[in-house]
Amino acid sequence: MLQNLRRRLSATTVVMWIIGLLLLAMVFWGSFQTLVSGKYSGRVWLDLIVFGIAQGSVYALIALGYTMVYGILRMINFAHGEVFMSGAYMGYFVATALENRGTLDSNLLLSLVLIVLGAVVTSVTIAVLLERIAYRPLRRAPRLVPLITAIGASFFLQYTFRGFFGSGVKGYPEAEGLKGTITLFGLQLLKTQVLVIVAAIILLIALYTFVQRTKTGKAMRAVSEDKDAAALMGINVDRIIVTTFIVGGSLAGAAGVLYSMLFRQVYFLTGFIPGLKAFTAAVLGGIGNIAGATMGGLFLGVAESLFPNLVLDGLGIPAPYQLKDALAFLLLVLVLIFRPTGILGERLATKKA
Amino acid sequence: MKKSIVLLSLLLVMAVILTACPAAPQQPQQQAQQPAAGQCPACTDPKGCVTIGKDEPIRIAWMFVVEGPDASLGTDTKRGVEIAKDDRPTIAGHPVELIGENEGCNAEGGQAAGTKISSDPKVVAAVGTNCSSAARAAIPLMCGAGIPMVSPSNTAPDLTAEDRPAEYWCYMRTAHNDRVQGAAMAKYAYEKGFRNAATIHDGSLYADKLQQVFAEEFKKLGGNIVAQEATDPNETNMGPMLTRIAAAKPDFIYLPIFIAAGGQVTSQAKQNPDLANVQLAGADGIFSPDFLKAAGDAAKGFLWSSPDFTAFGSGYADFLKKHEAKYGEKVLAPFHAHAYDAYNLIANAIEKVAVDCGGGVIQIPRQALRDAMISTKDMKGLTGNLTCTPTGDCADPKIAVYEGVSADPATWNPGADANSNPRKIWP
Repeated sequence: MLQNLRRRLSATTVVMWIIGLLLLAMVFWGSFQTLVSGKYSGRVWLDLIVFGIAQGSVYALIALGYTMVYGILRMINFAHGEVFMSGAYMGYFVATALENRGTLDSNLLLSLVLIVLGAVVTSVTIAVLLERIAYRPLRRAPRLVPLITAIGASFFLQYTFRGFFGSGVKGYPEAEGLKGTITLFGLQLLKTQVLVIVAAIILLIALYTFVQRTKTGKAMRAVSEDKDAAALMGINVDRIIVTTFIVGGSLAGAAGVLYSMLFRQVYFLTGFIPGLKAFTAAVLGGIGNIAGATMGGLFLGVAESLFPNLVLDGLGIPAPYQLKDALAFLLLVLVLIFRPTGILGERLATKKA
Repeated sequence: MKKSIVLLSLLLVMAVILTACPAAPQQPQQQAQQPAAGQCPACTDPKGCVTIGKDEPIRIAWMFVVEGPDASLGTDTKRGVEIAKDDRPTIAGHPVELIGENEGCNAEGGQAAGTKISSDPKVVAAVGTNCSSAARAAIPLMCGAGIPMVSPSNTAPDLTAEDRPAEYWCYMRTAHNDRVQGAAMAKYAYEKGFRNAATIHDGSLYADKLQQVFAEEFKKLGGNIVAQEATDPNETNMGPMLTRIAAAKPDFIYLPIFIAAGGQVTSQAKQNPDLANVQLAGADGIFSPDFLKAAGDAAKGFLWSSPDFTAFGSGYADFLKKHEAKYGEKVLAPFHAHAYDAYNLIANAIEKVAVDCGGGVIQIPRQALRDAMISTKDMKGLTGNLTCTPTGDCADPKIAVYEGVSADPATWNPGADANSNPRKIWP
């Protein structure tokens, strides 16, 4: 019996679990200290959670693109952050044009539709071109090859944008109708935050319906389970893959606009950090898993917003928000160590490509 | 016959070995022994000499942040150097050649630029860097190569502190020391009745030290520092950090950071109902029309500490005219004049120490050049009368506080008159 136990628990596992428990204890101790000190009112915590959800829904939308491509092609599309950035750029150009015409202030709804449309079309075009030029020729290559290609494509897109539009920061115009706050359920919320959260929820529901209820969605699920069998069943695999890139690209384009609504700046590296964070979110939730990516995004957004104040403050670390990114990537490392398939689990067929 | 062939090949091998041995930079004496036309004397300078042949240009390097979100800072100083070169195209009878590298406003960029410039044996002196973080990485490299370096915009106090490392010997600056700038803003804030200040830095050497100086001075005057927070230069979501600051109830927030993050903090603070009426203030790093673009409407009413242009020398108005004629726009950041002065400080010192070898050849001893630069006294520059301290502080620092009048970048014309944007309000 003891031997059996020893065989199951290698020294590394024990050490890892001890480290894990220590970290968990630190999290609890830090949160306990902060809450006991009573420095922050309930409203502060609610505000932090709302900030987290707004940021998290953008992560979730980008993460879906990662996760869907992974589900079907078993590759990480590292250029997806740039697809998002291209949407944000196009959104900026449309928004500026509308601002100069005065439409942005006089007809907000129409402007938003036009901005999102412009962004989505750009992102989809770039995503489809990526698939056609960079990934399709490598479909049968070893898995590392498309990964490296994706990183190359990411740099190519970043520096192409820099070449065309310069390296400076572009400031997004602000619509009059989106300034200020509104009160919902006794909470004072920024209008932009409400818009972002509502838009994200609508998009997520739409995506879910598309994947679960339509024929194409069914075909996507089939291809993700077994490409060869799906092809035998008469599904055009190439077309389904392109569809996946179109859906992922349009979500990224919409995310680009939402992100720019929140932060009102765009430059050629805009996609880099959100892209990495969304990738983290996809892994957190379980890559290849649509519900997981959504949950992972929201969890990461809220964790980034809440944990520095909740945990690090209690541990006596000064200026905790400087460690936000470190915290996000620490979460990624921990998930990879303790639950490599993510919180909700990787949803893969037993036969992996 | 055979013998002579062996001998010949031996000689050849010897010659190959000898020429292949690079003149190691550690042995500068070798440089002086090259048989130049003008027969320079053997170089006795401990850091080596640069020999400039007949009609050969004197090479001066710049290391500025000319790309990325903070490019306005670097472009501004680069233009300062270029106008200085237009005004003084020859030094000691030789034309000047400018070369430059982007320093990226971070340590990695400073390291890269410093490595590139310091490996060029023809570089006589350098103007740079813009950012203190970049300087800290570049200085040891430049000093290791014996190339004196004058920064027009590094303001972090420890670069010229009494106890600075010995390897900083070649470094000096024409920019003010942040001991002066931080104290000026603290004094202004206290005089205006603010008592509870919060500070935000971005982990850069410049921002961290500047907010420390501000906090120390503000406390000395009798104010409270209620929060000292930090963010990342590339961060966009400032909401959570600002919520945390708001819980400490400040009436004044000092954010001496750079443009991208500074714009985010400024616009997002205005969206936070608890901070909407808190006075925001920054420093010279975001004193630029690009900051107005990044911050949007929130830049109205924003305060900056920056060099006082009205205290500049009489040549400044002339400089501004040349600038507008050459580049077709107003100055972009506060350090163009400091860069102009840095160039002239180098030029004066070269003329002082250059050894004329005859035939149009000159020799510039490196240590002597640095010594001549750092003993500059009462030089009439655009930014005032420059006198260097033994640790390299050469500025004649006069700091003013400016207020944003409009958020339109096109109106940017700091301190031109009482109504220009931004408007000088103190002292």
